Amino acid sequence: MKMLSTLQTPRSTLSRFSIPSTITTFTSHSQNLPQASITTQSPTTSQPQSQILSIRHSLLSRNLSAVDLVRSHLTRLRLTEPHLRSFLHLPDDQTLISQAHDLDRRIAAGEDVGPLAGVLVAVKDNICTADMPSTGGSRILENYRPPFDATAVKRVRELGGIVVGKTNMDEFGMGSTTEASAFQVTANPWDVSRVPGGSSGGSAAAVSARQCVVSLGSDTGGSVRQPASFCGVVGLKPTYGRVSRFGLMAYASSLDAIGCFGSSVADTGILLHAIAGHDRFDATSSKQEVPNFLSHFDSASSFESKPLKGLRVGLIRETIEDGVEAGVVSTIRAAASHFEELGCTVNEVSLPPFSLGLPAYYILALSESSSNLSRYDGIRYGNQVYAEELGSLYGDSRAKGLGSEVKMRILMGTYALSAGYYDAYYKRAQQVRTIIRNSFKEALDQYDILISPAAPSAAYKIGEKKNDPLAMYAGDIMTVNVNLAGLPALVLPCGFIENGTAGLPVGLQMIGAAFHEGELLRVGHIFEQTLENGRFVPPIVADSVE
Amino acid sequence: MSYTIFRTFQFHPFLLYPTSILKPRNRFFFSTTTKATQTKVPTSTQSKKLDKIPKDYEAVIGIETHVQLSTLTKAFCSCPYSYGSFPNSSICPVCMGLPGALPVLNSKVIEFAVKLGLALKCNLAFNSKFDRKQYFYPDLPKGYQISQFDVPIAAAGFLDVDIPLEFGGGHKRFGITRVHMEEDAGKLMHAENGNFSRVDLNRAGVPLLEIVSEPDMRNGIEASEYAAELQRLVRYLGVSNGNMQEGSLRCDVNVSVRPIGQSKFGTKVEVKNLNSFASMSRAIDFEISRQVLLHSQGQEDQIVQETRLWEEGSQRTITMRKKEGLADYRYFPEPDLPSVILSQEYVDAIQNCLPELPEEKRRRYEKMGLGMQDVLFLANDKNIAEFFDATLAKGADAKLVANWIMSDIAAFMKNEKLTINNIKLTPEELSELIGSIKGGIISGKIGKEILFELLAKGGSVKELIEKKDLVQIADPVEIEKMVDKVIAENPKQVEQYRGGKTKLQGFFAGQVMKVSKGKANPGLLNKILLVKLNSKS
Ligand SMILES: [Zn+2]
Repeated sequence: MKMLSTLQTPRSTLSRFSIPSTITTFTSHSQNLPQASITTQSPTTSQPQSQILSIRHSLLSRNLSAVDLVRSHLTRLRLTEPHLRSFLHLPDDQTLISQAHDLDRRIAAGEDVGPLAGVLVAVKDNICTADMPSTGGSRILENYRPPFDATAVKRVRELGGIVVGKTNMDEFGMGSTTEASAFQVTANPWDVSRVPGGSSGGSAAAVSARQCVVSLGSDTGGSVRQPASFCGVVGLKPTYGRVSRFGLMAYASSLDAIGCFGSSVADTGILLHAIAGHDRFDATSSKQEVPNFLSHFDSASSFESKPLKGLRVGLIRETIEDGVEAGVVSTIRAAASHFEELGCTVNEVSLPPFSLGLPAYYILALSESSSNLSRYDGIRYGNQVYAEELGSLYGDSRAKGLGSEVKMRILMGTYALSAGYYDAYYKRAQQVRTIIRNSFKEALDQYDILISPAAPSAAYKIGEKKNDPLAMYAGDIMTVNVNLAGLPALVLPCGFIENGTAGLPVGLQMIGAAFHEGELLRVGHIFEQTLENGRFVPPIVADSVE
Repeated sequence: MSYTIFRTFQFHPFLLYPTSILKPRNRFFFSTTTKATQTKVPTSTQSKKLDKIPKDYEAVIGIETHVQLSTLTKAFCSCPYSYGSFPNSSICPVCMGLPGALPVLNSKVIEFAVKLGLALKCNLAFNSKFDRKQYFYPDLPKGYQISQFDVPIAAAGFLDVDIPLEFGGGHKRFGITRVHMEEDAGKLMHAENGNFSRVDLNRAGVPLLEIVSEPDMRNGIEASEYAAELQRLVRYLGVSNGNMQEGSLRCDVNVSVRPIGQSKFGTKVEVKNLNSFASMSRAIDFEISRQVLLHSQGQEDQIVQETRLWEEGSQRTITMRKKEGLADYRYFPEPDLPSVILSQEYVDAIQNCLPELPEEKRRRYEKMGLGMQDVLFLANDKNIAEFFDATLAKGADAKLVANWIMSDIAAFMKNEKLTINNIKLTPEELSELIGSIKGGIISGKIGKEILFELLAKGGSVKELIEKKDLVQIADPVEIEKMVDKVIAENPKQVEQYRGGKTKLQGFFAGQVMKVSKGKANPGLLNKILLVKLNSKS
């Protein structure tokens, strides 16, 4: 606690409850344009608002047209994008404006519009979109245009969402910084000399800088949660199977999950609700019913003095030990105190196999990826290199089309699956996976949620770890176990460490039982709405509008 | 959907390089336009006769059969498949292996696998899974084939075969090692100038069952009879059309030879390009002779582990490719598909719906007193067996029905190039016909005439008899009248007969039959005729 900087002090009081939650009281903000609200409200005096609900209200009450909304977003996008490079592909303005026109016409005609009507959604580039290129951040798929929308994208569109562009990422999800993108490096909106995290760095930065309202990412070992933490946004990795993977370029099929980014817990939950549910095109998607996550949200004004009374919170001991930045640890401890203030009982809990997760994860993820990436052979799509014989055609197309990080992971995965090594690596890693799953199950029998940092540090400098893959891999320690166990986890900003110009956000990870996203969102919403200094808006947002 | 898919399909997958570099890989056979290395058999052995297998060697043959399932859609997507359709006209993101596409199992594949597993008396794995078999080839869109590795859906069964009499006869039981589910690959089409190849993915993702036999066969006939029985079985079960020419049933055989008494297997050679049972049998016998000859000349070290190609034209096997170490397919469980769990109820329901299988049919026919030749003829073709059984069900005598089918009906089908399904004769009418002859309503001769009319034009026996007034005359008074008439009209012959030329009885019988327009009951006719001729009055 002594390490706390002035910026991160959550005062642990409940005195801010007078600030209305946007969930039930958005009408009081109806005069505010959602993007205007960002600049008119001081970041230190307000809790996060649901932009989605605000947009919906503005559109339906005709205070704002969808065209105006899109135009103002595009203005900010144009101002910020040169500094951030969040997007690999942006459609021309007219495409988006004509979609907005269409929406305005439908609203004027009194037609029903979906819950995401007018919401600008950025989509990670490894999620297929029929009207835009989808490269997965890889040269081998440069200019590749899928003939179909991923199920998640299809659902977003069906509910009225407007896909604003495709976001940058580490090639095929293999990286933690976006530095492994074949095309560009995205900058962190809080400090453009720093990485936004990865692999969904573009999607996190785009939400953080308000280049879009919400975004889709993918999380195989933390690729939503770590960039959410680095960029100070809310990131949710759902239970494995909760969201269809159809249309998500596979990295490690048994671990991959499409996840959501938002600037508030509510927006993240609304987006998850839109994309979740069984899909007959994904045999691993669950038939579990999707509850209305927001129906359990209370407005901040109706919070009791101890709104989370009785909630059992377990702070995972292994995540606040050696190797974790002191500032991160103190921020997480402060978050734990905040939970106590809210009425929770917080105890440290040990997950003994926690440290086994990292090696097991890398063996399994790389084994699966070596197989999943075989299809990028230059035969049917993507870039093909001219060659005199078949072996060279494969070799040269892949040598030229794939980046060094991807090649290294394919080699390691191929090795782990090779005859004679399978038992020592893949099979043992599967056994470890079972142990980890059981360990989480036991802990979640005792606790309603488990908490930990989302990453062992805040955002680091671009180039800092680029040539030290092991250090980069070690950064995944907080998140990979959750993928191995298939559990849902919500990351939300809980404080700052003093660094850079405006301080760097630190994310709190909350892990729940399988398919308990609703509980995570409910708890996360209360946490967010009661946190001192609860708004996380990077300086670039204010700068770009001023 | 298909329109948009086509838009992204790059139709020039190979640019300008010779076909010969497309070394056939794995179990897929490519047309002989691929340059195959010439056989390495020393020229001296080629000149020698290869048709005899010395008695001190024994061949060991095992067969891997791929059966293409006749499901409406492919194994993991909803594309239909029909042989010979326009290239890439039946494809989708899933069977093209596009980024982000996922397989979803067609439940019919499981049903068919369980059916065949039960019919082969296998043990079923109630909890099996799919695995990925990984290798690179342009006809394999994902870079891996979805297959089953260490837990096949069915294992440890057998197949009973009756060897035809002309090949020595006898009943054989061949072991089945395993049956597993997998997906087919696409096809490569090599340009005529050899400069490029194109990929047709219509066949990619079509469900297959791979059936691996124990190394129980000892010669070409046993092997081809095993394969023929397997074809029969899949047709009886309705899981495949079993058509070898279209590649719905593909056999790869492994042949090795060892001195009799040796328990260790000899070096195994794989033989491919077996497009008919006859070529399979001949190819195996050739390969056995080749290996035995090398053995007997002390050159068994020249038998190497390789894949050889049967050349129909020259009737010999030639080297296609030598095995360079064991391929490592890096199998691992397919993470995109859940495990395959079978319930006892599900299996029982399928078991209870299994049709009578060829072996059961043969044993039943045998018990009816039919000879093995009849049994095999009737039971070998599912449709003939059904026709036969349906005729029996109408009450006809088994042996008579078998005779009719195997003689006149078979001859008619052969001449007209028809199958039993497209002749006009129905089992009901055949039964009626046989009954009418047996009951004396019509003569056997008229029966045959009617048969050909029924075969060609259809109709009912009763109507034909009535319409053509073909009912046999069995009234002694009427026949007597006709006999009297003939005797009266041929006084000269009567005199000769009575003078001792009794051979003329045939002449009189013929004349009476003519008068009756062939309808007189021959027994009655002769009886009355004799009485009349022999009476002095
Ligand atoms: Zn398909």
